[in-house]
Amino acid sequence: MATEIPASAEAKRRAYWRTNLTILAVLLAVWFLASFGCAILWADALDAFRIPGTGFKLGFWMGHQGSIYIFVLLIWIYIWLMNRLDRRYGAGEEFTHQGEDI
Amino acid sequence: MSVQLWTWLIVGVSFTLYAGIAVWSRVASTKEFYVAEGNVHPVANGMATAADWMSAASFLGMAGIIAFAGRDGGIYLMGWTGGYVLLALLLAPYLRKFGKYTVPDFIGDRYYSSTARVVAVLCAIFISFTYVAGQMRGVGVVFSRFLEVDITLGVLIGTLIVFMYAVMGGMKGITYTQVAQYCVLIFAYLVPAIFISIMLTGNPVPQLGLGGNLVAEPNVSLLDKLDGMQRELGFDAYTAGSASTIEVFCVTMALMAGTAGLPHVIIRFYTVPDMKAARTSAGWALLFIAILYTTAPAVAVFAKTNFITTVHDQPYREIPSWFKTWESAELIGWVDKDSDGRVDYRPGPAFARTEDYPKPTFQHDADGREIRGEHGQLLLHNPPSPGDNEVYVDRDIMVLANPEIAQLPNWVIGLVAAGALAAALSTAAGLLLVISTAVAHDFCKRTVFPNLSEKGELLLARIAAAAAVMVAAYLGINPPGFVAEVVAFAFGLAAASFFPAILLGIFVRRVNREGAVAGMLAGITFTAAYIIYFAFINPTANQPENWLWGISPKGIGTLGMLLNFAVTLVVTFLTPPPPREVQQLVENIRVPVDFAERPAPAEGDRG
Repeated sequence: MATEIPASAEAKRRAYWRTNLTILAVLLAVWFLASFGCAILWADALDAFRIPGTGFKLGFWMGHQGSIYIFVLLIWIYIWLMNRLDRRYGAGEEFTHQGEDI
Repeated sequence: MSVQLWTWLIVGVSFTLYAGIAVWSRVASTKEFYVAEGNVHPVANGMATAADWMSAASFLGMAGIIAFAGRDGGIYLMGWTGGYVLLALLLAPYLRKFGKYTVPDFIGDRYYSSTARVVAVLCAIFISFTYVAGQMRGVGVVFSRFLEVDITLGVLIGTLIVFMYAVMGGMKGITYTQVAQYCVLIFAYLVPAIFISIMLTGNPVPQLGLGGNLVAEPNVSLLDKLDGMQRELGFDAYTAGSASTIEVFCVTMALMAGTAGLPHVIIRFYTVPDMKAARTSAGWALLFIAILYTTAPAVAVFAKTNFITTVHDQPYREIPSWFKTWESAELIGWVDKDSDGRVDYRPGPAFARTEDYPKPTFQHDADGREIRGEHGQLLLHNPPSPGDNEVYVDRDIMVLANPEIAQLPNWVIGLVAAGALAAALSTAAGLLLVISTAVAHDFCKRTVFPNLSEKGELLLARIAAAAAVMVAAYLGINPPGFVAEVVAFAFGLAAASFFPAILLGIFVRRVNREGAVAGMLAGITFTAAYIIYFAFINPTANQPENWLWGISPKGIGTLGMLLNFAVTLVVTFLTPPPPREVQQLVENIRVPVDFAERPAPAEGDRG
């Protein structure tokens, strides 16, 4: 992401949020295609193929194994992208306490 | 050593550990009690979240359900893990930035309404109690089956342990016990799975063994073997789906959105230091959960294969002893329909359900002793059903019986019992804390007595936790018949109420009080009405042809959720926008820091 970081606080906030939404849209599209796509809507079609060297039909494997691996990967990719985004916006080194005391 | 001795030993050691943590983690402030001071390490919180989330149902029930549902069982695997993607990406970081302690806190502040807060409190308490009753029951069942103590005594022992660390240590005690419980439960789940995977396929990794070839027949894969056996007996192939696509789609969606909206899971993300830690913690949580959830389908296939090969076409007199143990527990039943003394396992129910005996019910004489038939089998009141199947088997026994079916050493069986207890107790504790915070913090402090002192609130939180533990114990000993059904529906209700309200509260600044309240009411009324009609008012009509667009009560939460979104947005744009400070709150939770207070980063930091 080579976009320039704007100078004003308001514009920065907006740009940060826009990038965040783009990241979410891409990752959630993969989330949807892996689970609802491959493991449900196209499961029967994918079951015609086997993962070479195993007894797994592809649609069955996506539903019982593959989609879960993809979910774990998606969250870690999200963590990586967001940490990078935070660093670019100068909010990377935070490990301070947030929220108010009651 | 006998199974029972091993079980006492392993359960005893694990319980001593939990009690030790309880004493070590006593707390002195409400902040410690509610969110463990907000300084739990993300990895520890990930483990605690995983233990919190994986209940007696995940540990004991899920593999059994999958074993009998085949490919369609994937809805639970995907539904209960995919929800974490929604939670991690859409909710957890922003709720952490918001920083208050509970889901009703967020709903109440974001929608500037005490009514919304109270409605959220009631929903959270209702969901948590229905859930917790099942956990305490699970504790009782494990005690009675493996330690041969009365279910009531079993529930009381479990209650005492939870009482110790939940009331003394609050969230801090619960968090660190849950870390220990995660270790116990995952070890207990993996050990038998690895053993059986090696025995059946020669591969020590169950996830790979599932797709491997059989040791006994090196050219045949395990899944093909099971498919073949099932077809031969008249079942559908294991790897083929039979439920309709729209039903599978809707149930999966309802489980995912419901998972993301459940208060006892969300509350865990308030215990970490900041937004970044909330994200990382969700990553660890799903990783730890995925270890069990990718093993479960392997356990399901191993158990089903072993079950069919050891039971079908065996003479009852030579049947392995586990069969008879579970028969005594009244969770397996056999009727010799063709009078050949052999056990036939085929599709369809073995016993007919009558008005007097809607569930398989075993016969007892006047002294309460079991009544046996000519082969020594236990007799049931229910008449045989017309089909060929002779075996009634409760799906819930598959995980507990699995090590016995595979003839694993006795200590493994004791370990599985300790793991099941860890799963049930960790979830129960998390739920009890939600109830205690909902009563002490959301209701008393934030709604009724805003002047309550810190000390008073902490005392109240402890009393609420203690009272909730007692109620949970009572529900575990005297479970209302509807608990099992309601737990399955809790996800649909959470999906149709909390999930859209929180999501829109973060992502659409314009959404106002009127929209959110109308949306939640519409979503929950529609979903609850549909469920109540088919589950309680007219259960005989609960057939696919009567369902709305072929969607069962389990999946209807998906429609309820869409309805909630639609109503919220329409009402919102017909009514005035929320006040400035609420819009400011939304802006604040979207970003990690206030950019206005911060100088631009140095050139070298970019990238």
